[in-house]
Amino acid sequence: MANFSIFFFTSILLLPLLCQSFSTANPTDKRILVLLDDLAIKSSHSIFFKSLQQRGFKLDFKLADDPKISLHRYGQYLYDGLILFSPSINKFGGSFDLASVLEFVDSGHDLILAADSSASDLIREIANECGADFDEDSSAMVIDHTSYAVSNSEGDHTLIASDDFINSNVILGSKMIEAPVLFKGIGHTLNPVNSQVLKVLSASSSAYSANPETKFTSPPSLTGSRISLVSVVQARNNARILISGSLDLFSNRLFRSGVQMAGSLTKYPKSGNEQFATELSKWVFHERGHLKAVNVRHNKVGETDEPAMYRINDDLEYFVEIYEWSGTSWEPYVSDDVQVQFYMMSPYVLKTISADQKGLYYTSFKVPDVYGVFQFKVEYHRLGYTSLNLAKQIPVRPFRHNEYERFLTAAFPYYGSSFSTMAGFFVFTIIYLYNK
Amino acid sequence: MGGSTHQNTPVSSTAQVSSSNNMKADLPFSFSLKTFKLKTKQQELLIRVTILGLVYILAFITRLFSVLRYESMIHEFDPYFNYRTTLFLTENGFYEFWNWFDSESWYPLGRIIGGTLYPGLMVTAALIYWTLRFLRFAVHIREVCVLTAPFFASNTTIVAYFFGKELWDSGAGLVAAALIAICPGYISRSVAGSYDNEGVAIFALLLTFYLFVKAVNTGSLAWALASAFGYFYMVSAWGGYVFIINLIPLYVLVLLITGRYSMRLYVAYNCMYVLGMLLAMQIQFVGFQHVQSGEHMAAMGVFFLMQVFYFLGWVKHLLSDTKLFQAFLRVTLTCTIGLGGLALGVGMASGYISPWTGRFYSLLDPTYAKDHIPIIASVSEHQPTAWSSFMFDFHILLFLFPAGLYFCFKRLSDTTIFIVMYGLTSMYFASVMVRLILVATPAMCLISGISVSATLKNLTSLIRTKNKTLHTGSSKGTVSAKASSKASFDQSPPFGKKTAIALLVGAFYLLSQYAMHCTWVTSEAYSSPSIVLAARGAHGDRIIFDDYREAYFWLRQNTPQDAKVMSWWDYGYQITAMGNRTVIVDNNTWNNTHIATVGRAMSSYEDEAYEIMRSLDVDYVLVVFGGVTGYSSDDINKFLWMVRIGGGVFPVIKEPDYLVNGEYRVDKGAAPKMLNCLMYKLSYYRFGELTTEYGKPPGYDRARGVEIGNKDVKLHHLEEAFTTSNWIVRIYKVKSPSNRW
Repeated sequence: MANFSIFFFTSILLLPLLCQSFSTANPTDKRILVLLDDLAIKSSHSIFFKSLQQRGFKLDFKLADDPKISLHRYGQYLYDGLILFSPSINKFGGSFDLASVLEFVDSGHDLILAADSSASDLIREIANECGADFDEDSSAMVIDHTSYAVSNSEGDHTLIASDDFINSNVILGSKMIEAPVLFKGIGHTLNPVNSQVLKVLSASSSAYSANPETKFTSPPSLTGSRISLVSVVQARNNARILISGSLDLFSNRLFRSGVQMAGSLTKYPKSGNEQFATELSKWVFHERGHLKAVNVRHNKVGETDEPAMYRINDDLEYFVEIYEWSGTSWEPYVSDDVQVQFYMMSPYVLKTISADQKGLYYTSFKVPDVYGVFQFKVEYHRLGYTSLNLAKQIPVRPFRHNEYERFLTAAFPYYGSSFSTMAGFFVFTIIYLYNK
Repeated sequence: MGGSTHQNTPVSSTAQVSSSNNMKADLPFSFSLKTFKLKTKQQELLIRVTILGLVYILAFITRLFSVLRYESMIHEFDPYFNYRTTLFLTENGFYEFWNWFDSESWYPLGRIIGGTLYPGLMVTAALIYWTLRFLRFAVHIREVCVLTAPFFASNTTIVAYFFGKELWDSGAGLVAAALIAICPGYISRSVAGSYDNEGVAIFALLLTFYLFVKAVNTGSLAWALASAFGYFYMVSAWGGYVFIINLIPLYVLVLLITGRYSMRLYVAYNCMYVLGMLLAMQIQFVGFQHVQSGEHMAAMGVFFLMQVFYFLGWVKHLLSDTKLFQAFLRVTLTCTIGLGGLALGVGMASGYISPWTGRFYSLLDPTYAKDHIPIIASVSEHQPTAWSSFMFDFHILLFLFPAGLYFCFKRLSDTTIFIVMYGLTSMYFASVMVRLILVATPAMCLISGISVSATLKNLTSLIRTKNKTLHTGSSKGTVSAKASSKASFDQSPPFGKKTAIALLVGAFYLLSQYAMHCTWVTSEAYSSPSIVLAARGAHGDRIIFDDYREAYFWLRQNTPQDAKVMSWWDYGYQITAMGNRTVIVDNNTWNNTHIATVGRAMSSYEDEAYEIMRSLDVDYVLVVFGGVTGYSSDDINKFLWMVRIGGGVFPVIKEPDYLVNGEYRVDKGAAPKMLNCLMYKLSYYRFGELTTEYGKPPGYDRARGVEIGNKDVKLHHLEEAFTTSNWIVRIYKVKSPSNRW
């Protein structure tokens, strides 16, 4: 009995620790819902899914029109990520719809969306809400007569090979993708108003988007490298979205097939698709490029406690620790381009802060000679990395009445004159009163 | 003796009792009082003290209407700031208060509160509070603040009595005390809960004047010193001290010109000016203005002029030759005026002496503010006074004032010259700005007190002389009485006894009308806290709209601690005091650009306004809207001022864009920019769905009596967070930027 109670109490004491283990200290997604048009995709794209499962993701496959789809239960999301491999779905099953996908993303979850030439309005709308506009012509595909993939069967040049990647190690991994990526699907453009969306794989300048079956009646609306084949969005809350115009890009067939670009003699035994898709999914599901800033603190030089308020011309120190998620653990993030602002409507101080090897950034500066409510601002936006927006408010007060210098050398004549006047008046009074 | 006979307190019973008592005392057949064995002088003193005591109490209790009608609460806008600072003072002590840097207002600039306020009011209330605490009365600071103004109004009546006594006689003093106790012009600023600087400042103003006049009359250093301290208190309490520091030199100058220069004046003015100036410099907000600001230069000039006068007197005493002195005078005067002008010119040019401020200009030229400083012109209490409000605030004093002036001129002395000048200048200022009626009120009451007292005195003495002559004469007696009265009183009118009695009754009627008017005005017009609104329902019952406090309480309970609220500056003090949230602008309109930025945001389209609000870190926007209740002083009615003030700094905002043919409207015919600006959208959001009045279409604005022009208001960057039960206050949350865009 006593044993049991001890166990009970220890478990209560340990409860916070146990809870800790479920916290979001690990940014990588774990549970992913995969929505498919039909279950055959599960096997036709098995390499991609397997690579995810090998990396520790729990995939939950469902048909897109399954009436039992539900993203959350009791106000908690059941999944951390969503893969929509269901380009032709017009209406999701259950209460799941466009708004709930967007809400899922806006609450900080990730999304992979793949379309193809059969893309439904619903899928187009989701992409559209994320800043990618698929070609409105529903029968159009991306065609490229110069950089198509050389193959035996297809002659309409809709299977294109592109090696026009975004130049970012963070998004695509440090190992260069050598083979071109095979793509067969529809193209999209990026909404110029949207500042969050990025082209990851773009078509060559000779590509255009049109119906391969018919002849032109009018010039194609999408042409050249304006066409984006694969795009990513990193939302302001660091949710990541991948939009691909081709579902086949992830398929086993294209993963395995060799590639030779038209006009090029090099023939790669294996296309770049597998590497491209895997690396991109690592980025989308936060295995890479995720930063966190912790222990933001500041204090006066020579003190350790954080004050509630600074005085003008105080010397202060500012610290922040920045870590990067390596997929398994938090590693110090060392960079020489992190800047801190001391900001009130405009930056009064702007300093680059330097880091030691443990990811501790430190700087010290003098508070400007202006009072008001300032903010320590770190706004760190780097391609591929999650953005850091740290703002910490701190008021700066003027001198107190007794903080000014008490006796000024320059004022000695004034002191002298007032004291001599007092003395003179005293003497005068005595003489006036008693000397008659 | 005279004092008690003519007194005419609004409490008519006391007036009758005391005057009849006095009559009896004068006549030998008074038995009741004889038993007390009081001499006439003592009786008179007793009556005078009793009346004064009653007036003292009356002045206090007539200001309690607001507490009885509503509750013990702080009124209006500025008093909330004063309350908040007083609370801070009592909690943190004087030095913290003195050095207080407030980061909750004027975000992100902040405000040095200790250095930008007149601390007199707060220190006074805190002292009262500490005293009561020391005496083991467990009062809350709010109660002290609510009752500070009535308490000081009571004290003012005492000062008015002594001032009147100094001016004329104790009778005039008593009348003046009684008049000022209930004068609406003063009550408007000193009802319970109106915890504002003016509440104590009028006391300080009158005290300073009284002590100065006393000093001039006696030539005593001690009184001059006392008046310097009175001045110090005034400076610490209210910016209106500038009136004193200009009126007194003007008065001295007039005395010099009229040849009334005396040693008494020299002592009184020099002591008062030098000490008063040194003391005033101790107030952080005033600082070196006495030597550096153009508004204070008159006092300094007169100070030097006095020295020249004294010096010349001394030289004249030394030089027996008149011709020699004349020559000397010419040289000295030329030199002095030349030097003075040069010093002033150099000071102005070098920027050492600051030029006159806009507020000062707008006093001298009433149209100045309208053209140059919209922020001054926008304040309702800075508008020129209408005749009706003179009548409303002064009632019979308006007619008694010229009569009093007549008496003053009749008996011209140093003292009456002062009150005449005070009366005339303050009347001018009162007609320039509504709020300055307050400054004119004591002068009006004193001068009217003189006229009432002198008239009644003449009439009663007329009646009394008649009493003796009437025993001998019959119908012819009136003629002889007329002759005798003419002989004995050159001021007494050539009327018969009956006329005199009729005039007395008439005077009594007028004064009781005054008392009734004052009580009615106090209870109906000046006792509303304006933060709680009352209206009459369809069945004559009272409906209370407590929307302001509802909204501020919501802010306090439901928003993050460091949330920033943007509203028009009128509500800034209330939001910080009651909602405890940071505001962008408030009623201390020290930074015009900041206010203009808010005005610009309110009058821009939502997208542009959103950028401005983001740059100011605004989390919530608060607007006041009266379309549902018919509350007319809401933001839509103030909106043109936001446009004007915003446009004064940012020329992209143009007033004509919001008007249609010079007409301000919100219905279908309104200007397109008006229908889509932020203020319109926030005020009328979802209003198009609401039916406010039976038989009217939905979206009928009751405050302006029109159907609104844009019923389908859509908000993109803001969302409605809270609307009070009567829609008077609406709070919107500023959304964070779109997640994916």
